[in-house]
Amino acid sequence: MTTKVKTRTMSEETHGSLKSKPIRGAEMIFESLEREKVEVIFGYPGGAALHIYDALYQTNMKHILARHEQGAIHMAEGYARVTGQPGVVIATSGPGATNLVTGLADAYMDSLPLVVLTGQVASGAIGTDAFQEADVLGITMPITKHNMQVRDLNDLPRMIKEAFYIATNGRKGPVLIDIPKDISGGEASYEYPEKVSLRGFKPTTVPNILQVRRMKEAVAQAKKPLILAGAGVLHAKGHQELVTYAEQAQVPVTHTLLGLGAMPAGHPQFLGMCGMHGTYTANMAIQEADLLISIGARFDDRVTGRLDQFAPHAKVIHIDVDPAEIGKNVPTEIPIVGDAKQTLSMLLEEDVVSAQSSEWMKQLNKWQETYPLWYEDDEATLKPQKVLETFSELTDGEAIVTTDVGQHQMWVAQYYQFKQPNRWVSSGGLGTMGFGFPSAIGAALSQPDHPVYAVVGDGGFQMNIQELATVKDYNIPVKTIVLNNGSLGMVRQWQEVFYEKRYSESMLNQNPDFAKVSESFGVKGLRVTTIKEFEEAITHSLNYDGPMVIDVAITPGENVFPMVSPGTALHEMVGISKGGM
Amino acid sequence: MRRVVSVIVNNSSGVLARLSGLFARRSFNIESLTVGTTEDPTLSRVTLVVHGDVATTEQVIKQLYKLVDVLKVTDLTEEKMMARELMLIKVTVNHQTRQEINHLIEPFRASVVDVGRESITVQTTGDIEKNEALIDLLRPFGIKELARTGVTAMARSQQKVHPVQQLLT
Ligand SMILES: Cc1ncc(C[n+]2csc(CCOP(=O)(O)OP(=O)(O)O)c2C)c(N)n1
Repeated sequence: MTTKVKTRTMSEETHGSLKSKPIRGAEMIFESLEREKVEVIFGYPGGAALHIYDALYQTNMKHILARHEQGAIHMAEGYARVTGQPGVVIATSGPGATNLVTGLADAYMDSLPLVVLTGQVASGAIGTDAFQEADVLGITMPITKHNMQVRDLNDLPRMIKEAFYIATNGRKGPVLIDIPKDISGGEASYEYPEKVSLRGFKPTTVPNILQVRRMKEAVAQAKKPLILAGAGVLHAKGHQELVTYAEQAQVPVTHTLLGLGAMPAGHPQFLGMCGMHGTYTANMAIQEADLLISIGARFDDRVTGRLDQFAPHAKVIHIDVDPAEIGKNVPTEIPIVGDAKQTLSMLLEEDVVSAQSSEWMKQLNKWQETYPLWYEDDEATLKPQKVLETFSELTDGEAIVTTDVGQHQMWVAQYYQFKQPNRWVSSGGLGTMGFGFPSAIGAALSQPDHPVYAVVGDGGFQMNIQELATVKDYNIPVKTIVLNNGSLGMVRQWQEVFYEKRYSESMLNQNPDFAKVSESFGVKGLRVTTIKEFEEAITHSLNYDGPMVIDVAITPGENVFPMVSPGTALHEMVGISKGGM
Repeated sequence: MRRVVSVIVNNSSGVLARLSGLFARRSFNIESLTVGTTEDPTLSRVTLVVHGDVATTEQVIKQLYKLVDVLKVTDLTEEKMMARELMLIKVTVNHQTRQEINHLIEPFRASVVDVGRESITVQTTGDIEKNEALIDLLRPFGIKELARTGVTAMARSQQKVHPVQQLLT
């Protein structure tokens, strides 16, 4: 997408050790982004970012004008999730920057690499409550992996280089650079550093061989081993190694919500998702296991349920690139600090000795047969589970699917048969409504030829519905499936189960006609009420080259099961089988 | 239990905010935090006194290491270390107690740095225990004001030497 045809060929001028003639800070930004091979930027202009947007005018960098900064940063997250490359965002000072807060927190929780550039009021005005001033460094400190403010224009190129490095090395995460207006408007000679040298930042990615050998021995001894795979496997691109290792070591695999796709759906050793809405087999396997190997997962409370009763019989091996995760929630016998791919590769090189797990595998298979995921298909209404099963079949489990947060998210996690890694984009740690639709836009920009679907609730879609203008503007072929139940479904479910059906403020009585809303944005809109219509809509969407919204009237009042209630242990899950409620 | 943790950080703006923010966020309790530059002016040494067991302290250390500006963290508690705190105590006096206090503080090698009609100010440097013992002794006379700097600490020289530069290699 980037091309070298520029009004000024800065690269030529600035190469070599001779310092070039001065250029503006704003120009340095794009020059540096180009060196980092950035292909697309998401953003929204404003006063303190005007020098930057003016410099953008003379580059050929692809910029997507979102309709809200929150939309822009979720787009960048979707882009980062699918490609593993940093998503880049530009926003102005004050309100522009504060609108990024949710996305930063989301990316921080889910370890997504982002490089975020915010405009700031001029250096001299900082701290005076100037127009559109906010203490962006202070506000974003707890929700970024690192942040910095440019005080001297000569530091800007180095800071950009560092930002990309920090965002993508070790445990990934968002990095923010705050750029005062006089800095982006100032001039200095430009030199982009070749290397990064950060004294305090040297992540360990290669594990200690002795620990890896201890793991090998532990697996050889185990009778009921289990791998718990998290998104860390996907971030490290270690899915292939995971499958090979699990097969050779004869260890079954479950995954966290965000680990979806690390093990292909349908693999005989795959138990499905664990945790709050996980499968019976996966959760019981955790509770029964004698060896639990966590790879790139952080024992979130939605995974563990009641912590003091989690995996009571298991010796725990914890593999994580972030040492701070090891021992944070669950005591660990064998800690392994390393990247998932490196660690699994090292295990494979060590000649895998398999576990003594044949009895265990038989038991797990039996559980899977006896207690599969279930729902009541009453035929009279449109069951969301049925909708997603159908969607999965029609797209062959190959689409890139993003979701918002709520019931629909859990149904996708349960029923979409992901066959490949890096096709699943969802907000796990922060649980951000409004994430699904914009993140699909970012995903689609990174994979223009791949079908991309956003599955959203009628609640969450309305949180960033303005991005319909963006998909129309750039003709981004995102297909949005609205699972419309006329309520904030997940909230409604909790109120039904835990608050005696007191549905306080969870009914969406005044939903718009989503198909008509879409049409008014110039985006094709459909409404379906039967499974047949849904099938037709999906088939149509697969051949339709443009954005589309499919509003699906699902059974109102349908709930997500099985479920581990908060504060209970994984084996205390309810709704395991039909009639067993 | 009280633990003393020494942290070498880049001497750049915002680092202290980052550090203390991290403690607040993770609800780790800090008893004191001091900071000053080291023999290398680009680096600062932060000394933290925290309350917690070994596991909590381990978490504190791991979380600190996540900060890009943190170069080295050492738990000094179990090492041979020097830990000192400067303290100023303004004590109420009358002509009877003035003499008594002078005698009391002598073994602490504390000194009187200010004398007023109704109070004197005592300055002392020492480890936390010693300083607390002095406070206990002086309390019955009436402490008008108390200022403590918080502890600064480093490992003794017979231990592995930790000049800053060596920590970084
Ligand atoms: C920004 C934000 N606000 C509130 C919540 C709390 N919340 C979690 S799920 C949910 C309901 C979602 O409703 P909808 O988008 O219609 O999806 P459904 O559960 O019906 O599938 C709410 C309000 C949230 N996760 N994010």
